Amino acid sequence: MDNWSFGITMMVVGTGGTFVTLGILIFLIMLFKKVFPVPKAPESSEIPK
Amino acid sequence: MIESFIQGLSGLTHGVTFLFSGGLPNVIMLAIAALLFWLAIAKEVEPLLLLPIGFGCFLVNIPLSELMDAHGLLRFLYDIGISTEIFPLLIFVGIGAMTDFTPLFERPSILLFGAAGQFGIFLTLALALALGFTQLEAVSIGIIGACDGPTAIYVTSQYAPQLLGPVSVAAYSYMSLVPIVQPPIMHALTSEKERLVRMTIPRESTVSPRTKLLFPIVVTVVTGLIAPKGLPLMGTIMLGNFMKESGVVPRLTGASENEIANIVTLFLGLAIGGTMKADIFLTSSTLAVFGLGFIAIVGDTAAGVLLGKLMCFLSGGKINPLIGSAGISAYPMAARVCQVVGQKYDKKNYLLMHAMGANTGGQIGSVMAAAVMLSLLKGMGLI
Repeated sequence: MDNWSFGITMMVVGTGGTFVTLGILIFLIMLFKKVFPVPKAPESSEIPK
Repeated sequence: MIESFIQGLSGLTHGVTFLFSGGLPNVIMLAIAALLFWLAIAKEVEPLLLLPIGFGCFLVNIPLSELMDAHGLLRFLYDIGISTEIFPLLIFVGIGAMTDFTPLFERPSILLFGAAGQFGIFLTLALALALGFTQLEAVSIGIIGACDGPTAIYVTSQYAPQLLGPVSVAAYSYMSLVPIVQPPIMHALTSEKERLVRMTIPRESTVSPRTKLLFPIVVTVVTGLIAPKGLPLMGTIMLGNFMKESGVVPRLTGASENEIANIVTLFLGLAIGGTMKADIFLTSSTLAVFGLGFIAIVGDTAAGVLLGKLMCFLSGGKINPLIGSAGISAYPMAARVCQVVGQKYDKKNYLLMHAMGANTGGQIGSVMAAAVMLSLLKGMGLI
């Protein structure tokens, strides 16, 4: 493969591949935050009178 | 009797004779070792790496040194740790154990800065090709732009071992120069209005422990499926993070980020220094590597800030473009630089948490970029 084709391929597919993969990870993090929300702290029990 | 006495004595003078007869390159390399000592000790520039690298360089350039010959100490360390790729991978386990991805989870979109911060890799790769380096050498030089020492060592040791010394020293040197290199670029590419953008910080964490625990597993699966050649890199960093987030193996986590990382760092530094023999290091290629490495860091920073400007525009001014500069792997230095630059223009602007998120994104991004490159090389049949 000549250097020109190699360089363009690495730049376009390399940058694009990195962006797409991290984009997928962003989606998955947001999904996890929806599916596994932060558990609510238990309400403090009232002292029996 | 006298003859054997003279012969024995000559054995003690070989080194000095060599030094004065044709040892100028060795003297230059000893001076470079002294420069690395000065940077590490007087300037505290990446001392954990530059000091052992300097000493390895020092040892291997003493005239007639046999430390890098077959069965030499440095050759042994090189063979067991760098040729096999073990040392950088063990360091990655420690890095994973030290990294807290929480700031990234709070605002996941800033992970994109971790991708933009790798632009310098691909830019430099193209420039290295234009300068006449081979394709695999260009990949190894470009990886300096990852601002990630272990990744640079991992890739270069496999595909351009003759450049390992210059690439490693350039990678660690430029990482330490981030506070000097980045601020002028951040200033030049942003307007005053953009630099003053304040970003909100959530009062309470929005990230559950289960999300933190699952993240390393999911990252390993996704990135392993897309770029399997990079799985050793991503797998080890995520192993360290998984151990940390599980909370059940504090001894292993502690050992990974302390004892193992320290021992491996020492051996890694010495072995890299061992590759800096005068006849290998003192070439025009070394100068080119350092020049291209500088361009890589500048390209990373510029791309990150420019993406920051775009995200600032798209978000209606809710994202400060300065945090884009932290999308490189120099952790946590790049995030601190962002905080310092931000507070230079507004003392009450706290960008650190967001910059930390971008910075941890840069760690993932740098490994991902390397993984993608290696998988592309594999796909093209070059490795």
